[in-house]
Amino acid sequence: MIPAAFDYVRASSAAEAIQLIGQYGDEAKFLAGGHSLVPAMKLRLAQPTVLVDIGRVSDLSYIRDGGDHIAIGALTRHMDVEKSPVLAEHVPLLAHAAGHVGDPQVRHRGTIGGSLAHADPASDLPATTLALGATYVAEGPNGTREIAAADFYQGYFTSALAPDEMLTEIRVPKMGGAGWSFQKFNRRAQDWAIVGVAAWQRGSECGVGLVNMASTPVLASSVATAVAGGASAADAAEAAAADADPQGDLNASVEYRVHLAKVLTRRALEAAAS
Amino acid sequence: MEITVTINGKSHTADVEPRTLLVQFIREQVGLTGTNIGCDTSSCGACSVHVDGEAAKSCTLLAVQADGCSITTIEGMAAADGTLHPMQQAFMENHGLQCGYCTPGMVMAATSLLAENPNPTEEEVRIGLEGNLCRCTGYHNIVQSVLACAKS
Repeated sequence: MIPAAFDYVRASSAAEAIQLIGQYGDEAKFLAGGHSLVPAMKLRLAQPTVLVDIGRVSDLSYIRDGGDHIAIGALTRHMDVEKSPVLAEHVPLLAHAAGHVGDPQVRHRGTIGGSLAHADPASDLPATTLALGATYVAEGPNGTREIAAADFYQGYFTSALAPDEMLTEIRVPKMGGAGWSFQKFNRRAQDWAIVGVAAWQRGSECGVGLVNMASTPVLASSVATAVAGGASAADAAEAAAADADPQGDLNASVEYRVHLAKVLTRRALEAAAS
Repeated sequence: MEITVTINGKSHTADVEPRTLLVQFIREQVGLTGTNIGCDTSSCGACSVHVDGEAAKSCTLLAVQADGCSITTIEGMAAADGTLHPMQQAFMENHGLQCGYCTPGMVMAATSLLAENPNPTEEEVRIGLEGNLCRCTGYHNIVQSVLACAKS
């Protein structure tokens, strides 16, 4: 399968990329690692007329200690997130979840910013960064702005980014030694999750993100409220689907997804608390 | 668009359409057909090559993305005198293939895995090859091949 024809331009900096995307308009798309976009283009699910290749913007690949958070450049590859000693120490849940994206070949090329901007509710990292209370930094023609992960996801493959904005950095609060767990249920290795749960817990405080349980990644606030109120993991997990709106598909019915969300949330909370 | 890609140590400059996939470029323009196309949807790993030393799926990369990169394909693994790469030798000795279709991708993924983790456990090999599908062997002998290569 070959993508439909498109024009290709290469940006050497974020500023140049934003200028180029503004010049070409709505039909242009950024190409980072391309491991979500190129498959979609091959299947003709996406048909941009121009690709602005940002894969060579080398100064957007970094993982830095920002004091109370870790700052990750949007073009940092999944493999570098997975293997980062800084993240292993301060945000181990994110490093671990990054190791569950696709397979090693995909993680060598795909980027965290590309995955988040793609806004696929079935992807692992949107729900994980949501659970962690991350903030995304977007750069556009009028400067930069911060977007809370909780405000970023607006629908299937739809984010708060304007067409001429580029995701440049992800800021993830340090976990401060909180317990955590990432539960991913899929039929085959390398598949997307049928349902996934990313959770951390520190005492009565927790954050739970759900993968593939709505048209956006879901922050399971009802679970956090239950845990804060002293509920057991099993009782709190009963609220796992309260904030979700899952769809049925070939892999799972709505009822099955709800069941999985409860079971995986219970397991995640039990693991995070132990 | 003109690109220059080094494949198995030899530089190739060519004019490609932006939509040309790296695997097409390797097979059709450079003429190296050892890299197979299987699923064509970045699931099966048959098209795995090394891009700057790391395994990648060449059906999911545009040739223009590889401009300036150094690519190794299965043809670049054996020595010039025909001596097999240790991973190829291990696959042969451990019956790590039947039909052979997945084998080039398996060898490229497995060598990339050992470059990152020279002494993997059996479980780490199985997880490390999650991006490569084999429909013949049930994976057992493939995993044994990779473990044997790591030991040798």
